[in-house]
Amino acid sequence: MENLENVGRRSASESPGSNLKSVLRFMRWHIWLPILVIAVLLGLWEIAVRNKWLSALLFPAPSTIFARLLVLLNSGELLINLGQTLARMLVGFVAGGVPAALLGLLMGWLPRLSRVIDPIIAAIHPIPKVAIYPLIMVLFGINEVSKQVIIAISCFFPMVINSVAGVRQISPIHFEVAHNYGASRRQIFTQVVLPGSLPFMLSGVRLALNTALHMAIAVEIISANRGLGSIIWFAWETLRVEDLYVALIVISIVGVLMNWSLRRLALRLVPWQKQEAG
Amino acid sequence: MQLICQHVTKSFEAHGATVEALADVTFTVQEHEFVCMVGPSGCGKTTLLKIIAGLLPPTSGQIVIGSTPTGSGPRPAMVFQEHGLFPWMTLLDNVAFGLKMQGIDRAQRNDRATTWLERFGLAGFARHYPHELSVGMRQRAGIARAFLIDPKILLMDEPFGALDAQTRLILQDELLKVWLASRKSVVYITHDIEEALRLGDRVLVMTGRPGRIRADFPSPIERSSRSSTALEAKEIDTKWKIWKMLEDEARASLREAI
Repeated sequence: MENLENVGRRSASESPGSNLKSVLRFMRWHIWLPILVIAVLLGLWEIAVRNKWLSALLFPAPSTIFARLLVLLNSGELLINLGQTLARMLVGFVAGGVPAALLGLLMGWLPRLSRVIDPIIAAIHPIPKVAIYPLIMVLFGINEVSKQVIIAISCFFPMVINSVAGVRQISPIHFEVAHNYGASRRQIFTQVVLPGSLPFMLSGVRLALNTALHMAIAVEIISANRGLGSIIWFAWETLRVEDLYVALIVISIVGVLMNWSLRRLALRLVPWQKQEAG
Repeated sequence: MQLICQHVTKSFEAHGATVEALADVTFTVQEHEFVCMVGPSGCGKTTLLKIIAGLLPPTSGQIVIGSTPTGSGPRPAMVFQEHGLFPWMTLLDNVAFGLKMQGIDRAQRNDRATTWLERFGLAGFARHYPHELSVGMRQRAGIARAFLIDPKILLMDEPFGALDAQTRLILQDELLKVWLASRKSVVYITHDIEEALRLGDRVLVMTGRPGRIRADFPSPIERSSRSSTALEAKEIDTKWKIWKMLEDEARASLREAI
């Protein structure tokens, strides 16, 4: 018995310290190793271009791309285009995602409604939304509205599907509890349906915003004078390849920042699922 | 308040066939009476409780509470099996849920909920979410939530089924204590015969599917001595009688299943 206690005590006094140390070690590698790998790759790229092992026309040196990035930043050109893309995404996301979230919640809650709408969604969902863009341009004209509409349509589907799934995964027992304590339909919606589906809705938001980014770039490549997608297209037409790389870098940064902040938001909004959201 | 269950039957449609879950269940729970129900698994105990709670309509028969059939009378409160708390609400909000549904303002309902949290030793966990608490703490909160709305009738569906033996005994004692202070009519479902004898004034034994009442035992344990002490000879005798009956029923339903 005494032995057992000693063993317990020893491991208890040892483990927190060593755990902390190993966690710190892990954290450091976790942060530094990817940066190191990227730096080495960029360095190799730079060397390869300077020694003409790589064509500077197709693969401008990182230093050239970075210099161009600064030029575009200083001229304000980059920010104007970035702002244009973000504005399109946001308008499209709100116009498509908000109705989709509401419809999805109602569909998940009211099986009869979903039996009517499910087949329609199932039929339209597999069509690549960019394939509808010509039709949208015919309907709305080659203008800002048609771009917002197609982005809204592409946001609609991931949002509606996640909202439906979010309500359906709520345990029936929670509806029974609410009924048992005399909740009205409105109270069931605000106390059970809405908070219970929130984790799924938040991943719907993440999917929808990523889709919005993809679609915004796509329609800007097809028909736009402004936006990150149009930078890419003009870069191709004028063979200014470094502009193309600049646009790709900015798109990547937008995506990373967007997903990072959505994860933070999820932690804030869904504190009861810390272990999963983190 | 008195609860009468009159000739209640329930059948479900499943895969085109009709499954009879309950066949003519009749019993009465007197005011201030604690009635336990035991039965083989799948005998429709939970279905019966949901019918009494008004969550499911019976196929025939009726539930009379006080002098009115359910739907018009006061609602019984139900304590659910595991997972009855809302994961997205803090313990305080969970316990105060019934009051919120009654439209009582936040300050007052938090006040009253806090008193019940204290009574169950949960005062320090008011701001915690259910996933941060042990199963025992969650079930205490589930019981507190039901007692808080001061229902005339309390329905409990194996509330301690998921607990370890030790915690279960402690919670049985706590439940008896708060129940003795209020003496609500209780219908308590369990598969633990000792628990039924210890808590109940009467123990109803149900048959296998379709469920009906097979026997009605008064608990041999004096109310005053009901606690987590070991059962005495007379009590063990009753326990074995019930055990034999349940074994019969369980074997019968197994034969049917084959």
